[in-house]
Amino acid sequence: MYSNKVQDFGTPARPAAKSVALQIDGQPVTVPAGTSVLRAAALAGVNIPKLCATDSLEAFGSCRLCLVEVEGRRGFPASCTTHCEPGMKVRTQSRKLADLRRGVMELYISDHPLDCLTCPANGNCELQDMAGVTGLREVRYGYAGENHLAAPKDESNPYFTFDPTKCIVCSRCVRACDEIQGTFALTVQGRGFGSTIAAGPTNFLDSECVSCGACVQACPTSTLMEKSIVDQGQPDHAVDTTCAYCGVGCAFRAEMKGSEVVRMVPHKDGKANHGHSCIKGRFAWGYATHPDRVNTPMIRSKITDPWREVSWDEAIAYAASEIKRIQARYGKDSVGGITSSRCTNEETYLVQKLVRAGFGNNNVDTCARVCHSPTGYGLKTTLGESAGTQDFDSVEHTDCMIVIGANPTDGHPVFASRMKQRLRAGATLIVIDPRRIDLVRTPHVAADFHLPLKPGTNVAVLNAMAHVIVTEGLAREGYVRERCEVDQYEKWKTFIASPKNSPEALEAECGVPAASLRGAARLFAKAGNGAIYYGLGVTEHSQGSTTVMAIANLAMVTGNIGRPGVGVNPLRGQNNVQGSCDMGSFPHELPGYRHVGDAGVRELFATTWGVPIQDEPGLRIPNMFDAAIDGSFKGLYVQGEDIAQSDPDTKHVQKALESLECLIVQDIFLCETAKYAHVLLPGSSFLEKDGTFTNAERRISRVRKVMPPLAGMADWEVTVALSRALGYPMHYDHPSQVMDEIALLTPTFTGVSYDKIDRLGSIQWPCNDAAPDGTPVMHEQEFVRGKGRFVVTEYVATPERTTRKFPLILTTGRILSQYNVGAQTRRTENKVWHDADVLEIHPHDAEQRGITHGEMVSLQSRKGETTLRAVVTERMQPGVVYTTFHHPESGVNVVTTENSDWATNCPEYKVTAVQVVAHAKKSEWQRGFDSFASQQEGLLPKTAVRGDVR
Amino acid sequence: MDGKKLVKMANDIAAFFAAEPEPKVALEGIAGHIKKFWAPRMRRELLALLDAGGDGMAPAVREALAAHRRLLQPATR
Repeated sequence: MYSNKVQDFGTPARPAAKSVALQIDGQPVTVPAGTSVLRAAALAGVNIPKLCATDSLEAFGSCRLCLVEVEGRRGFPASCTTHCEPGMKVRTQSRKLADLRRGVMELYISDHPLDCLTCPANGNCELQDMAGVTGLREVRYGYAGENHLAAPKDESNPYFTFDPTKCIVCSRCVRACDEIQGTFALTVQGRGFGSTIAAGPTNFLDSECVSCGACVQACPTSTLMEKSIVDQGQPDHAVDTTCAYCGVGCAFRAEMKGSEVVRMVPHKDGKANHGHSCIKGRFAWGYATHPDRVNTPMIRSKITDPWREVSWDEAIAYAASEIKRIQARYGKDSVGGITSSRCTNEETYLVQKLVRAGFGNNNVDTCARVCHSPTGYGLKTTLGESAGTQDFDSVEHTDCMIVIGANPTDGHPVFASRMKQRLRAGATLIVIDPRRIDLVRTPHVAADFHLPLKPGTNVAVLNAMAHVIVTEGLAREGYVRERCEVDQYEKWKTFIASPKNSPEALEAECGVPAASLRGAARLFAKAGNGAIYYGLGVTEHSQGSTTVMAIANLAMVTGNIGRPGVGVNPLRGQNNVQGSCDMGSFPHELPGYRHVGDAGVRELFATTWGVPIQDEPGLRIPNMFDAAIDGSFKGLYVQGEDIAQSDPDTKHVQKALESLECLIVQDIFLCETAKYAHVLLPGSSFLEKDGTFTNAERRISRVRKVMPPLAGMADWEVTVALSRALGYPMHYDHPSQVMDEIALLTPTFTGVSYDKIDRLGSIQWPCNDAAPDGTPVMHEQEFVRGKGRFVVTEYVATPERTTRKFPLILTTGRILSQYNVGAQTRRTENKVWHDADVLEIHPHDAEQRGITHGEMVSLQSRKGETTLRAVVTERMQPGVVYTTFHHPESGVNVVTTENSDWATNCPEYKVTAVQVVAHAKKSEWQRGFDSFASQQEGLLPKTAVRGDVR
Repeated sequence: MDGKKLVKMANDIAAFFAAEPEPKVALEGIAGHIKKFWAPRMRRELLALLDAGGDGMAPAVREALAAHRRLLQPATR
């Protein structure tokens, strides 16, 4: 549960235009209509005893503890289920009420172990509090009768225990699973005294439970209790911070004992998550103190040399001397840097500043290159800003949502729960995805249309839908003519209305029946508020940017931009994808998405930074690899990214890294990239530094240091030290000063400061004089670029085609329990759910190849081969196989190709022609991987022996 | 740099602009995109590949490079 120091108002807030005035204990109170008496009392500072009520859940009225008296009414209504009414006079305390409440508590305690002093919830237990509040002094029934005190604990979940002896069957856990998370994994089984909470037929681990923690959060006793609290006891203080996993950017309270985290609790006031969490943010934080952490800087001349542990000063000096040496020998442009979406805004800003001002070139790129760079290009071109248009709360107003190329229940689980809440309330849903993702059919949610397209045909599907809208007269012509460039619209309209874009013409290409395409288009166009949510299944294609623009076209032609409930919403993969892009991490753009070719912008930065800025774009990541192989690019500084595992065509990446004369890796672990490094600078986890992350809704939130950096320096300090050693000193005492500089130089951040973030909780940019408190919904009056621009989006098939040799299409993605390259989550108990990447294959394709469920199979493409365990499932469509990339030894990217988005070079991870062969042993690449990993392990200093260098 | 890859990248850009009904706008689009996003060494090499016969280059890429050579030619450093 939340710390009992966090106020709980008992029932949720009811935003309403009308208010109601009443009296509670003689005190006048005015609240929004629909507010419960329990909440109204809490708002007035009157805390009515309660157990089954909590303000994250709808009222249930079962515990009978929150009873009140209402003047002129008979009986003792439960205040949680009683709405405030005008003139109502409520009495919360009387002798009779006290007797009733004490009687209820007496019954509860008669079947509850009296072990408060040794209970993990001691000091933070609502049942204990209520026993005190109601003045319970004795249990007249004794404890000898029938009870639940011998019920066995369920310890199956690695993160929390279920102790039924402590359970009061208040149903808060069941309701949290239903109402908040939307998984419906828990139930009350049995009746009356025999009622117990059940998670499926066996235990929590084997149930549908997704370990989001909502039930643990809701439990008023120690029935559902974090094992970290069982082991370590209750926290002594808490620090507000932001999750470092996905782009939802959940607000958390890091609950601490000294400088040790004992629990991460989702923040009730978090504007992105509203008190909800997922398995990763809530529980998978143990990696931060894992023994594999690299805590001492290391250097070596060649990657076949043993690592030598050195001081920070020596490591920094060596790294700087190598950069200088390389630039002196090969030229200023022979080095570059890569920023990370896992790092803070301030850190990415400093790395790009180091490259542009310290290295003196624009060879800086970011991992968004391989995920959402097409979003930046596509939305900038059509709408004028490289960002999503809405806040997450916008979904509350959505009537129809399109989810295309995204799997929110796995990739963005907290927002997926919000989506499911809205869908259960009646919104309609169109899923465009080759796989039958969970959202297609999940408890009490079913997609109105699932368009299971062939991978690589997003543009065809979106064009077909737009064709229907235009040719059937469903376009919002008034909106378009007022808000968009009319000549471009006319050009696009002529293109899209062409018969070649009709559903009937494209159904064979995209694999979706024309009737479904027409039905989905009509549903979306006719819905009041239509919102489009998308992910990497849109961007990671040869037509990634085209697809983003087709999405923008679809939103504009239906009038679905510029108000709550609508919009174009990229779901960002990592925590700070938006921020790393905002901060000028792309080689052609300075912070705020301003091109380096703009002399005025360059002058602004040159004046502030004191050095000239190159006027030409630098190299993108794939260009860096090519230049490394051709010998013109020799030095690279990588902060917080594992390009050797995450980037496509692994053998090509490895060759590039081997070609470098100096690779400087800053990471918390000896990641795959670090095995090719010459300098290893220990990184700091999100718990060890101050800064900000910007989530998928442009929300800038504080990351707060709760423990000292394990290696002694925060990441931003390391970049500053490296810059100083290179002869370009930066002068910052704290990351807040970096943000002040960002605000000074970036028009959309002018009003942002740590003080303001602290005051408001978080800020959505643009935040400036025009929007001093930030901007939840963009493009309300006009588009950022003035008029919205329709772009002709011709469908161009990917060059990656199936052949007789490679007849299947591989598409890749991620799953709930693991995160990206898995460096963090593999070092947590999350491996219980996913300890290896597997290959999902349709039963028909499996049968044709003689593949049985669970056997090792060879996955082969024209680029390479690897071996995975097969999972035979009808989730896949015939002809398409799927896997994840969370485990380095899987070598999934050995198979993916060099194909990329035409505009941004974002790799085409989602379409690779492959063959799958039964009865496989480890591939040649995997054997080489094992050998290289073993060699690198042997090169570590003896003092740095680790349990798992993989 | 890998010449074949540069040509493929340029051809991919041209494939997008092929839908543009006005040829002049399409060529400006191709050249403008390359100028805006490609590092000078990549542009220099692409132009050298054109001068060497433009093997594998889509006709629209050849035309765009020829028509906008001054825009694309990096300044000598």
